[in-house]
Amino acid sequence: MWESLGLLSFGAEGWGDELAHGLKITVLLAISTLPFGLALGLLVALAKNSNERSLVLAANIYTTIFRGLPELLTLFIVYYGGQIALQKLIGLFSDVYVEVNGFVAGMIALGLVFSAFSSETFLSAFRGIPKGQPEAGKALGLSSFQRFRLVVFPQLVRLALPGLSNLWLVLLKETSLVSIIALDDLIRKTHLAVGNTKEPLLFYSVACGIYLIIALISSKGLNAIELRVNRGQERT
Amino acid sequence: MALDNTIDQPGERPAAPPKTWSAARITGFVLCGLWAVLGLLLVWSLIRGYDAELLERYAPRMLGGLWLTAKMVVLSIMMGSALALPIALARISTSKIVSKLAFGYVYFFRGTPLLAQLFLTYYGAGQFRPFMEDIGLWWFFKDAFNCVMLAFTLNTAAYQGEILKGAIQSVPKGQREAALTLGLSGPVTFFKIILPQALITALRPLGNEVIFMIKGSAIASVVTILDLMGTTKLAYSRSYDFNVYVWAAILYLSMVETLRYFWDRMERYLTRHLRMPNEN
Repeated sequence: MWESLGLLSFGAEGWGDELAHGLKITVLLAISTLPFGLALGLLVALAKNSNERSLVLAANIYTTIFRGLPELLTLFIVYYGGQIALQKLIGLFSDVYVEVNGFVAGMIALGLVFSAFSSETFLSAFRGIPKGQPEAGKALGLSSFQRFRLVVFPQLVRLALPGLSNLWLVLLKETSLVSIIALDDLIRKTHLAVGNTKEPLLFYSVACGIYLIIALISSKGLNAIELRVNRGQERT
Repeated sequence: MALDNTIDQPGERPAAPPKTWSAARITGFVLCGLWAVLGLLLVWSLIRGYDAELLERYAPRMLGGLWLTAKMVVLSIMMGSALALPIALARISTSKIVSKLAFGYVYFFRGTPLLAQLFLTYYGAGQFRPFMEDIGLWWFFKDAFNCVMLAFTLNTAAYQGEILKGAIQSVPKGQREAALTLGLSGPVTFFKIILPQALITALRPLGNEVIFMIKGSAIASVVTILDLMGTTKLAYSRSYDFNVYVWAAILYLSMVETLRYFWDRMERYLTRHLRMPNEN
């Protein structure tokens, strides 16, 4: 039992450095998906919150699709479908062979899913802001962009943060799916290690432990952010 | 003196302001147009790509996969809910050890990817094959389907347990106190008073959990299970026809939306006593 722990060491013998590299990809993917998913989610929420019916309809179609599809299927559709579409597009001009980058495909697919869910969080946060707030801004002569930036947005962040924290933890776990399209994330590196060492229990337990540690660190960080955005609020 | 009644009469409702082509409206129309074009393109691609031979070969398999997906979801949700109640009770237990253990269980299954849990069960069990054979459990773990069901059940039990725990705690304290005053026993209080009210609160999150399970079950395809996702991957790898993914997407979406529709209906029916008569 204990001699197999040497397999986790860093260096030529152990798989520690490989796992660390996989962890880097996992964290990098989650972090680079986040701004994309947040921005898109906010736009979709703005559309859902508007008075214009067609805009609401378009946004609702978007969320229905990306909330209802399995993440794995979304990933495959983006990865293989993107490949086909890009090839056709480029084929119009030249005959270069292109390959869709797994990291980018993962980023897009996870970002689409993340934005569909975060738009719901943002929407309920929008509804939590009293109407009088933007109206008061209007009375003060703020432009509509200023009203959003100075009055609505700071309150939106505070109200949406708990929901977004949850979505971040979900996103961290969902990055594991990219291992299926052969991107070298933590799970795939673990898989490779298992293939070589025949120690599945050890390596998958370690991978699970690493995921738990990132989740723990994330929740600590998110709690700190939550304290900060709530600093103007009364303590209950 | 003649009273002027007209002043209290509500006047004509002012006509709605004419709809102008505001930026929002233009964007909305463009986006709806884009969805329509995309939808038509998909339909066109499905019609143009219609291949009787392909359909004959893979449609029955994919429908079989759909059936397997439904079976996996129903079984894991049901077995998970059987485990969820003890977990929820352990979570709110006054015994420190019991509640810590339950917390650890829930934290593990909610904090790690389902994929990792699946690999842990599937490949981890294989490592102990001789031992399993000795204690006569190998027949269970040698079947990938059983490993998947085990991982899914343990996973959804953790999520459902957490939902139930929150719902039980949301039942007002006065309910329990009133039951105590009436001299009802502990189990009667729990099963006849606390649990029914908790289940109504839990209904919506439980519906979401079922939807997550439908979507999550797609990863069973990674360990050779031929569910809807598995059969779709197989069909694509043999035919290189992208339409199979479109079909799979349509099937998954209809599954999820049908469930959402019926779950809403059920919720409305079960909460009918909580609505005001004039609410619909």
